[in-house]
Amino acid sequence: MSEEKEPLFSGKNIKLLTEPLNDSNPITVQVLGICSALAITVKVKPAFVMAVSVVFVMAVSNVVISLLRKTVPPRIRIIVQLVVIAAMVILVDQFLKAFLFDISKQLSVFVGLIITNCIIMGRLEAFALSNKPWPAFLDGLGNAAGYGVILIIVAFFREFLGSGTIWGYQVIPEGFYNFGYENNGFMILPPMALIVVGIIIWVQRAKNKKLVESN
Amino acid sequence: MRSYSNTYIFLFSVIMVVVVAAILSVAAMTLQPMQKKNIEINKKQNILTSINIESTADNAEDLYSKYILENYAVNSKGEIKEGVDAFKIDMKKELAKPLEERSLPVFVSSLEDTKQYIIPVYGKGLWGPIWGYVSLEDDLSTIFGANFAHKGETPGLGAEIETSEFQKQFFGKQIFDDLGKFVSIRILKGGTANPNSKYEVDGVSGGTITSNGVDDMLKDCLSSYEPYFKTLKNNI
Repeated sequence: MSEEKEPLFSGKNIKLLTEPLNDSNPITVQVLGICSALAITVKVKPAFVMAVSVVFVMAVSNVVISLLRKTVPPRIRIIVQLVVIAAMVILVDQFLKAFLFDISKQLSVFVGLIITNCIIMGRLEAFALSNKPWPAFLDGLGNAAGYGVILIIVAFFREFLGSGTIWGYQVIPEGFYNFGYENNGFMILPPMALIVVGIIIWVQRAKNKKLVESN
Repeated sequence: MRSYSNTYIFLFSVIMVVVVAAILSVAAMTLQPMQKKNIEINKKQNILTSINIESTADNAEDLYSKYILENYAVNSKGEIKEGVDAFKIDMKKELAKPLEERSLPVFVSSLEDTKQYIIPVYGKGLWGPIWGYVSLEDDLSTIFGANFAHKGETPGLGAEIETSEFQKQFFGKQIFDDLGKFVSIRILKGGTANPNSKYEVDGVSGGTITSNGVDDMLKDCLSSYEPYFKTLKNNI
């Protein structure tokens, strides 16, 4: 039963953390979790809180499932994963309601809908069930961060162009409006999130040749 | 892959459910007082907004006790109901009751030496409930301020009822016509309201169902106060 001790931040582990940020980004490469990326990216602040919530839910559920991986009967593993995710999401929701009431009002149902975020269940099934807690933790952190980064980038452009603000602060000077500049109301609507995500995918593929399919 | 007996699977599920339930109950119980407080502060903030007082979560309580003189509940005949805490009344539950049994909350505030009467309203939007507070000047017809909120209306469309641009339109409108008949405020299709009319405001373009919801909500909720306004006017 002697196992080789692997350093905490070995190259393999670091890769778990950094790969989802670019090469296997859950949103732009795997195209998972799109629905919430559309819904809560109108403003940066809720997007940021959503990202942090997903990081928490994903890292903790990954560790829990990884700890349980040898005891979970395969026949009910999906249900077990769901229960763990749901429990974490409810904790986050209760916490937001108690300490960040305004933001919890803005996120409304979308906190609850983290449960249905396919990225989380995907990582539990694909990674946590067959790996040790530490790599599972890093994998959860990495994937959730990859998701969160895209969320915040999309929210940045949508808030900037759609409301002229960043994090709720006015950044487009009043003078511009006097010269006939108008906020683009279109950016506030969900379809524009898809288009922004599309542009991000385009830019990413132009820079990262590995992602371009060869056919 | 190892196989597991049914007993094992059953036990595993039972233990998992019990453990998760315990964790969640503990969390819910510990956080509940803070959540209740937040909801209360939020309600006070909404009431303050309806009389055009800006507040933050930190100063809402102080401002509330400074400006809100009293609150009480009336019945549909316009008589004051004793022993009811108007602040705790849940409008959703009241509206489910027949008109005669409802407790209708009234909040009275004092600003610039005149009194305002704040009336809570509650209704249906497109996706879920909408609610708000409408304050009337002491002639009991002119709208002093209005505040609306919603549970899940579409951002950028129905959710616009939450913005001050929408709410500002109500200032100075009348809910009774010159003959003293209750007319409520009509919310018309965006851009079609006559700016000189005392009874019309523009709805949200693209948020027609939510706008109609606000229209119905005002009609339904304010009309039940009609008898009370009449008795109040006779006493002044």
